[in-house]
Amino acid sequence: MFEAIITLSVAVLLVGGATFSLLAAIGIVRFPDLYTRMHAASKAGTVGSGLLLLAAGLHSLDVAILFRALAGFFFFVLTAPISAHLLAKAAHQAGYRLAKQSVIDQLPQKEEPRRH
Amino acid sequence: MTMPEQILSGATVFALALLSLALLVTVWRIIRGPTLPDRVLGLDMLVAIAIGLIAVVAIRTGFNLYIDIAIALGLVGFLATVAFARFVLARGLSPEKASPEQAAAGAGKRGRTPQAKVARRKRKGGR
Repeated sequence: MFEAIITLSVAVLLVGGATFSLLAAIGIVRFPDLYTRMHAASKAGTVGSGLLLLAAGLHSLDVAILFRALAGFFFFVLTAPISAHLLAKAAHQAGYRLAKQSVIDQLPQKEEPRRH
Repeated sequence: MTMPEQILSGATVFALALLSLALLVTVWRIIRGPTLPDRVLGLDMLVAIAIGLIAVVAIRTGFNLYIDIAIALGLVGFLATVAFARFVLARGLSPEKASPEQAAAGAGKRGRTPQAKVARRKRKGGR
């Protein structure tokens, strides 16, 4: 009975994680520019791979492996915002423009307004 | 094979199909992606999907060692993205992307037009 519940929850986690990953990939294709695509990649993508890792740790029925999977999940949650922020800041500083639909850009460009 | 195991087997196949589709869609963005940061973002997403794929394979085969491989892949992907971000920052805009009309004019000879050089000097001198 206990193992059946674990197995079913692993199945649910698998389907959920795969769905999140696919939604993140669709978001990468559908959004108009880099800065909006980054939202899909760094949030939904992290949750997707994290849920799949959690499913793998739960399936092993071993506390050590479950904690290892949890450590991996924690590591991804820690690093995904850092890498996304670094990439967005580098692209913005290098001069890549926002999409036309964007309303406001609160981070000033390097040279334009502050000069004179 | 009991009932929950059958459900789990079906769920792994379903997850593998979805993740394969996600990989294909992301590869399309990497090939298509108009700028370099888009491609870097696609590679980052590719690593995340590969981690999920490895986790599903770990469930399907029963080898728990795959989880360690997934963690190591996550570390490598993070470092690669940081390095690419530094590269984007150091390179700046590619010369042919500086402005659309220049790109239209200089399609034959890539990027070494005098206007591009002036624009680059201006960009570097700013701040």
